[in-house]
Amino acid sequence: MGRIELEVNGTRHELEGVEPRLLLVHFLRERLALTGTHIGCDTSSCGACTVLLDGKAVKSCTMFALQADGRAVTTIEGIGSSAELHPMQEAFWAQHGLQCGYCTTGMILSAIDLLRRNPDPDEVEIRTGLEGNLCRCTGYENIVKAVRAAAAAMAAAQPVREAGEPPKSPGELLEVGGSR
Amino acid sequence: MIPATFNYFRPHSIEEALLLLRQGEAAKILAGGQSLIPMMKFRVVEPKTLIDLQGVPELAHVMWAGGHCTVGALTTHASLAADADVRRKAGVLWDAANALGDPQVRNLGTIGGACSHADPSADYPAVMLALDACFIVAGEKTREVAAADFFKGTFETALGESEILTKITFDAAAHSAYVKLEHPASHYALVGVAAVLVMSRDTIEDARIAIGGLADAPFRAGGVERRLRGIKGNDGAAIKAACTGAVTGQDVRSDVEASAAYRTAMADVIAARAVGAATRPR
Ligand SMILES: Cc1cc2nc3c(=O)[nH]c(=O)nc-3n(C[C@H](O)[C@H](O)[C@H](O)COP(=O)(O)OP(=O)(O)OC[C@H]3O[C@@H](n4cnc5c(N)ncnc54)[C@H](O)[C@@H]3O)c2cc1C
Ligand code: FES
Ligand code: FES
Repeated sequence: MGRIELEVNGTRHELEGVEPRLLLVHFLRERLALTGTHIGCDTSSCGACTVLLDGKAVKSCTMFALQADGRAVTTIEGIGSSAELHPMQEAFWAQHGLQCGYCTTGMILSAIDLLRRNPDPDEVEIRTGLEGNLCRCTGYENIVKAVRAAAAAMAAAQPVREAGEPPKSPGELLEVGGSR
Repeated sequence: MIPATFNYFRPHSIEEALLLLRQGEAAKILAGGQSLIPMMKFRVVEPKTLIDLQGVPELAHVMWAGGHCTVGALTTHASLAADADVRRKAGVLWDAANALGDPQVRNLGTIGGACSHADPSADYPAVMLALDACFIVAGEKTREVAAADFFKGTFETALGESEILTKITFDAAAHSAYVKLEHPASHYALVGVAAVLVMSRDTIEDARIAIGGLADAPFRAGGVERRLRGIKGNDGAAIKAACTGAVTGQDVRSDVEASAAYRTAMADVIAARAVGAATRPR
């Protein structure tokens, strides 16, 4: 049994008795009750289980919880709230980027990682940037639109903030969560 | 899917990792886990001891000294894919790092893991062969293995059970490229061609062409290399002719993803594209 100390959505957790074979996705869903992270294929292919590890998208079904020891994990629960959605969540909603919603949480976290690497992606870059996430409903058209819209919204929101000011947009909550 | 039970260790030095590898029961190295964990979940492998290398961060680096590069085994695909020097000085590696898998896999997977795993459909083995790379292996004693001797077959390398791949070294390859025909679902290579050229002005003086995805292990296309010598870099028709019959005398795989005939035919096409891309400045 192992001991794990990590940050999840900005909150420190110290847990004893973590079985080495416990996958990160099961740790999040079953130990921390963060069920926004979904299990689609369980074979490293679909991306439904995507979370951010130190700000980078990873498949939590293809990682042991103990590997996240000392790191910061961000799940869909950590990027915004029902009252104040993250711009990416807002854009998926406004652009109808989801139907059943099963792929959506992973899709949103992958899209946030994509904008971290490339703040202004074109359609091809969005499609290849989301290659690790499969959607069985939407046909991807509206997902691409949503990411374009979020990129524009996040670019417009950015320069407004002065150094030292508290975050204004929920998009900046991510940095507060220490995931970058 | 839940893997079988194992003990987990995170050593802080290579020496400690080697000791654990030698003494642990059915011990295996864990790097990015992007090949090993799926196999453990399917219980294709059931190591009893897992040695996570992430506690040895000095294994993750890219260093250039003059025209010579050293890449630590723990360097992720994503960091190679984002490295401007790698793009300029070793385009063939940069192309492969960008083409491999998907962003999530690239964020965790490592060059050392991919080479040690030696999947016949993987991208780096052909790249390493074309770069004429050298593998630095730690064990009872440290040894160097040339890429040509490292990849032995399907999931088989020159690594001993108690050895760790620590670094890969190679010389800069300004005129180089990797092109793959990927399976649309798995992203693995049906055919992948790595081309490293020596150009004098606009003429190809020498070439190292390695093909992966086709056989148990990547191989050099000697005939193509000979035919390319003396050809002008912008002579697309001559490059195409030189790349015809790229696969001769090889035992080409047929599987659910592609037939041997298709792979063989596509090798010529992909080889010509890779050579063409290698002639152009990055
Ligand atoms: C969805 C998906 C798509 C993929 N697509 C591609 C693709 O298109 N092309 C491609 O080439 N690969 C692909 N891969 C595989 C990916 O490249 C892996 O990252 C890589 O094969 C293994 O690297 P790793 O660091 O994750 O190693 P691990 O999975 O941790 O280890 C793999 C094996 O190597 C051993 N090992 C690891 N590091 C060392 C070391 N330093 N010394 C000795 N032994 C070591 C381990 O013990 C294990 O046996 C894909 C994987 C997934 C899940
Ligand atoms: S559930 Fe992890 S990739 Fe599908
Ligand atoms: S919205 Fe249903 S899987 Fe994507």
